[in-house]
Amino acid sequence: MDFESYDVLVVGGGLAGIRAAIAAVDANPRLKIAMVSKVYPMRSHTVSAEGGAAAVLRPEDSYETHAFDTIKGSDYLADQDVVEAFVREAPIEVIQMEHWGCPWSREPDGKISARPFGGMTTWRTCFAADKTGFHMLHTVFQTSLKYSQIHRHDEAFATKLLVEDSRCVGVVAIDMRSGRFQAITAKAVILATGGLGRVYAFTTNGNICTGDGMALAYRAGVGLKDMEMVQFHPTGLPFTGILITEAVRGEGGYLLNKDGERFLKRYVPNKMELGPRDIISRAMVTEFEEGRGFEGPHGKFMHLDVRHLGEETIDAKLPFMRELGREFVGIDIVKDPIPVRPVMHYMMGGVDADISGATPIAGLYAAGECANLGLNGGNRLGSNSLSECLVFGAAAGRAAAEHASSAGPVGANPVSALLADETRRIEASFLDKKGGEERIGTIREEMQHDMDAGAGVFRTRDGLEKLTRQLGALRDRFEKIKIEDSSRTFNTELTAALELDFMLEVSETIAYSALAREESRGAHSRRDFPERDDAKWLKHTLAFRTDSAEPRLEYTDVRITNFKPEARTY
Amino acid sequence: MAEKRITIRTTRFDPDKDKAPRLQSYDIPFSDESMVVLDALNHIKAHVDGSLSYRWSCRMGICGSCGMMVNGVPKLTCNAFMRDYWPRSITVEPLQNFPIVRDLVIDMEDFMHKLKSIKPWIIRKQELPLGAGEHRQTMDQIDEFRQFSECINCMLCYAACPVYGLNNEFLGPAATALARRYNLDSRDQGLKERLPVLANSEGVWECSFVGECSVVCPKGVDPAKAIQQTKLDTTTRFVLPYGNRDE
Repeated sequence: MDFESYDVLVVGGGLAGIRAAIAAVDANPRLKIAMVSKVYPMRSHTVSAEGGAAAVLRPEDSYETHAFDTIKGSDYLADQDVVEAFVREAPIEVIQMEHWGCPWSREPDGKISARPFGGMTTWRTCFAADKTGFHMLHTVFQTSLKYSQIHRHDEAFATKLLVEDSRCVGVVAIDMRSGRFQAITAKAVILATGGLGRVYAFTTNGNICTGDGMALAYRAGVGLKDMEMVQFHPTGLPFTGILITEAVRGEGGYLLNKDGERFLKRYVPNKMELGPRDIISRAMVTEFEEGRGFEGPHGKFMHLDVRHLGEETIDAKLPFMRELGREFVGIDIVKDPIPVRPVMHYMMGGVDADISGATPIAGLYAAGECANLGLNGGNRLGSNSLSECLVFGAAAGRAAAEHASSAGPVGANPVSALLADETRRIEASFLDKKGGEERIGTIREEMQHDMDAGAGVFRTRDGLEKLTRQLGALRDRFEKIKIEDSSRTFNTELTAALELDFMLEVSETIAYSALAREESRGAHSRRDFPERDDAKWLKHTLAFRTDSAEPRLEYTDVRITNFKPEARTY
Repeated sequence: MAEKRITIRTTRFDPDKDKAPRLQSYDIPFSDESMVVLDALNHIKAHVDGSLSYRWSCRMGICGSCGMMVNGVPKLTCNAFMRDYWPRSITVEPLQNFPIVRDLVIDMEDFMHKLKSIKPWIIRKQELPLGAGEHRQTMDQIDEFRQFSECINCMLCYAACPVYGLNNEFLGPAATALARRYNLDSRDQGLKERLPVLANSEGVWECSFVGECSVVCPKGVDPAKAIQQTKLDTTTRFVLPYGNRDE
């Protein structure tokens, strides 16, 4: 049996995971840390974040305003104690990133600059041009290379959490290069695996965003919280779904319908282009339905127009957008409007975790997009997620380090048995499987299509019920998949099958959680229940795995401290 | 009208059973003018042959995973448009100058070691406490190193570099560009610590200034310039003021 032992194990090598690993070392330099990532860390999807990271750094701004904006943006589903802790930590983390070399864009006096962003009442979104996630990820990854305590397992695919006596003691992972199954044990495990965007067809998310950590925790018995809350970003490029950053609007860009009208005046008159993402996406779909969208070969779209900003501003603040326009659309955004339409972008829901990232399973923590600590509620404000990865990645790293410093060692015996079981499961279900007629690609495409249709910007009971039936049928068909690749070396058909398995599972939690929430709040908009209903639904959904396809749903109260729920208008 | 089709030839190699890489042909629909080479590979994997292996993720030219040789040229396949090749066939091979792990997947561990060897992090004699706030840095100071910070580690420059092809001990373009990125950062004082790696026998002096690295870079980084500038650093750092930032 093959296994390596650590004190803290981080699953995922994006911004939250690397920040957690460094925080764990800083908390206790004697700890041995493992980072298990299915891709080289600098490929993680943090790299695609563009607009910025929110933090109160200017004297005219305040923690209270950032907290209020976040809570109102969440449609009052955020846990307010978590938000209040977050806004205080975010500036410290942004400064820490600066000390590590992040090339934050600057004011003339050399201080870190900020830009306006949707739902934020003042400028507090720190940015590195329009490649903020790229620069943050490479900065934190390159910085992590100086810590000899951090041992990377690059291109290792985690298939299962090792849980014994209700304590998480590691993961089983496949080393993709050799095909070897490994138990990697640790006294504390942090899930930082990112989002699940690939359950949808039209998404900004990269191929690797398949909800792995959420599914791993769900299978281990942890609840998935508020999975009905799926963010649709207003501005994706048609066909590819490539993200056009909200910073385009932050810098003054206009959203125009086919009549050349800034239609947001009918929806968010006081904020216009700087309204929150859920409301703007709904406004765009409504305009499409009422015949005021442009028609193109890849569906309806609006124009995002920055021509009035001028070439100098565009090159200084939005150079990557100009590059994306030129390379992927064949336009120059200095001279041409950008075609955009709403696109699945971010998962508010995730692994149920408390303010330090601790899940109900001892030794298991979660941070970043895969986690739901209660920060984002029904709708995340743009630029809060990069800061969330820093603040709660660091918090989880510290908490895991503390746990690991006092926890007993992990025993070999149960781990060996668990590894043998998991190896057998994957060999029997996939690698040594004979026959089968269903293509992984076909099931995945149908799931993505069904999710777009049934759990999109607007939802209905009929649509969601149909979706649950479709997903159930796809799960049955998944049992009959065909695996053509029997190689042990870099078998990406095996990992695609494991990812599809994860995705089908988390999709079901989205569908059932959305079906049950009979109100409209944040990104969850029910045509049959168009109002927010605080009396009944000021609650978090928790979805627990059962033996059937249908999860067991439980509800917990939202923690309110200083901000009473009120009507959400902008 | 008949459906437009295109032939894609890709490298197949499974070390478990193949002695040498070979090419396999796939005839697939070219259904949309927006299709890129990566879309063709994804079509093959989803609908024709699930065993084809390659890396990809963001499909927007920023994660750096999907670099391959397309008709002999190192490219990010996510922004290599099929329409630029059609009706010719397209041959997709793993990035040259690297060992092949499987099919189109290269072994890039060598780069990961080189990256670490140039100490790609801010080095200071005395770290500023967090409570002191940020280091002041002007946009002009950022412009000094900006382009070198845009490297996405996609490895196209190594595939294009004839020197690396002959001697993989050569530090090479991306690692040197990233060393330059830190050496030019006004917050950094680590030039002296990085120079031994840059100036040793496999460092910048190996470069014969072919310049292909800068030609193929999809992000407009100019590693050739970084290498030439670093050659200067290794000889003149005791006379140029920026070389002595730490003193």
